[in-house]
Amino acid sequence: MAVTDGAQVVSPRTTSKRPNRLFKNMTAKLASIPMIFTALVVFIGCTIWTIYHSFTKSKLLPAPDKWVGLDQYERLWSTRRWLVSIENLAIYGICSLVLSLVIGFTLAALLDRKIRGEGVFRTIFLYPFALSFIVTGLVWQWILNPQFGIQGVIQKWGWEGFTFDPLNNADIVIYGILIAGIWQGSGFIMVILLAGLRGIDEDIWKASRVEGIPVWKTYIFIIIPMMRPIFVTALVLIAAGIIKVYDLVVAQTSGGPGIASEVPAKYVIEKMFQAQNLGQGFAASTMMLLSVLVVLIPWAYLEFGGKRRD
Amino acid sequence: MNFYKATTAAVAFCAAGAVSAAELEVTHWWTSGGEAAAVAEFAKAFDATGNTWVDGAIAGSGGTARPIIVSRIIGGDPMHATQLNHGRQAEELIEAGLMLDLTDVATAEGWKDIVNPGSLLDSCTVDGKIYCAPVNIHSWQWIWLSHQAYADAGIDVPSNWDEFVASAPALEAAGKIPLAMGQQAWQSSGAFGVINVAVGGPDLWNKINVNKDAEAAAGPEMAKVFEAAAAARAMAANSKVQDWNQATNLVITGQAGGQVMGDWAQGEFQVAGQVAGQDYTCLPGLGVNEIISTGGDAFYFPKQDDPEIEAAQKELAKLLLSPEVQVNFNLKKGSLPVRGDIDLASANDCMKKGLEILASGNILQSGDQVLSADTSGQIEDLMVEFWNDPSYSAADAQAKYAEIIAEAD
Repeated sequence: MAVTDGAQVVSPRTTSKRPNRLFKNMTAKLASIPMIFTALVVFIGCTIWTIYHSFTKSKLLPAPDKWVGLDQYERLWSTRRWLVSIENLAIYGICSLVLSLVIGFTLAALLDRKIRGEGVFRTIFLYPFALSFIVTGLVWQWILNPQFGIQGVIQKWGWEGFTFDPLNNADIVIYGILIAGIWQGSGFIMVILLAGLRGIDEDIWKASRVEGIPVWKTYIFIIIPMMRPIFVTALVLIAAGIIKVYDLVVAQTSGGPGIASEVPAKYVIEKMFQAQNLGQGFAASTMMLLSVLVVLIPWAYLEFGGKRRD
Repeated sequence: MNFYKATTAAVAFCAAGAVSAAELEVTHWWTSGGEAAAVAEFAKAFDATGNTWVDGAIAGSGGTARPIIVSRIIGGDPMHATQLNHGRQAEELIEAGLMLDLTDVATAEGWKDIVNPGSLLDSCTVDGKIYCAPVNIHSWQWIWLSHQAYADAGIDVPSNWDEFVASAPALEAAGKIPLAMGQQAWQSSGAFGVINVAVGGPDLWNKINVNKDAEAAAGPEMAKVFEAAAAARAMAANSKVQDWNQATNLVITGQAGGQVMGDWAQGEFQVAGQVAGQDYTCLPGLGVNEIISTGGDAFYFPKQDDPEIEAAQKELAKLLLSPEVQVNFNLKKGSLPVRGDIDLASANDCMKKGLEILASGNILQSGDQVLSADTSGQIEDLMVEFWNDPSYSAADAQAKYAEIIAEAD
């Protein structure tokens, strides 16, 4: 009793505040323990495990004692297939990012003009998203097949010289894959952006109409800046889709012709499980993680760093 | 799972009368028509012993099935027996002690004396112990030529690789593809290996692939091989198919002159009702060096705790190499048997050619036997690029190839 009294006299702040902070929302904290545990062990723990093993000569089985330093990375960056993969990912990534947003937003804006049969169009545009990448890939493999697809049909109509065979031409094969990716994904982006457009207050439109601002200007200078959080969501979704693109390539070209349409995720999977070289696969996946972090960290810093209020 | 196992064990215990009978789950990737019929021969013979063969076929090629098989073994849910290509694919699993030692079966059955060529058994051996049962031999060194294509072009069917190369312009003039080629990596790499043996000779192949001699890989003899491969690439430029059997189909229908492919292609000709010597010609070693490589399939038996299952596993291993099973299986599969002492009277012409070469001992080890999966993968990456990119020069590809061989383990 006397001790507590004394302590309270000495510093009432710390004694009253400390237990409060730690035990505030006890139940919520208890409930989140499994999630914290999962995050630490599964995400962080496994990532560290993977990075560690990328410095070893692990073959079919992980071999933590066979340390080789940066050998796996040196081999990775002198492998043509990896360099082609990175280049393809860059082309696919930039084009897919820009085109998904432009097409998605254009479709959303058109639907937002209160057209008749909006529900029907929305369903049609969103429908490809219900297909998996494997199915999408196979469908487009047929459409782009030089004998049976677009090229074949148009040649049969009489334009004998017409050629459109992106999947068999090493120089443009990645764009053939891009077409399928955009077809599959832009409907989804449209729906997200449409939801954002619907969240814009009707009064903004009224005000701009009163001011006599043209519709396209209203979109670009007023509506789009207001939809920033929605665009960030769309961006993150598209970016995640880009980095993990794998099944689309497997279904459409399985990396061909030659190695012209290889992507990093495919390299990782094949090195780990088919070539029985875990070390090499881990090195490649660590590079993928690094590339994500290079984009993510500056963005997170800009997004959250300046605004923290406490 | 444990409950399930316990229940099955209990049921098996009650049901078992006199003999100890066990159910063995066997995984493999033999799913095409002829392959499935062949594997059914194994199942039939094994069921006849009172045990039960539980078929665990995995659709897709070895590339799809192998990771599944390996991850089940590593993940602690091993099957009782599994197909793999004999060679270095299971090396680490054996070293980790995950595979059953079959040495006692092998000694009792005298595998050392009956398995021909002996290198097949060497591929199953780690530290003097035998871990797998080879079941068949498949060889890569064949070219399949379409009689119809040559008749349409008005020239004779070539009898070796040089004549084949010389006949290409005439075929092209007749609107044919001289060389049919699938575009998958394993096909590119396989065809290159065949050209390597034919043009460079078996000694060069051994120097590079067995002894990992990077100087030989960069040398002038190998340069000739790469030039020949580049010429073959030009002949295959119009062959825009993916799968090997689509390419074989181009040969069967006379749209292409020939295809470099392993002896499994023979099954396609058989299904199409074609007769060797009449409708098509097969040239082992491309008609230059009559030699075949002895890759193939083998069964491995992951270690189990149950002594009863272990007994059944050993019984299956014994059965796979028994003469009758070997004959029935290999006739259906179109592959060569691993025993030199059995009679395949009903084999067709091409198979007989293969048997003769095998008996004369003109054999090479297969890529699976001498190169690790990692090195094979690197070579496949290189070859698929080389075959599909006409601007990739032979000299550049050779330099890259020598680099891979220098680092090979």
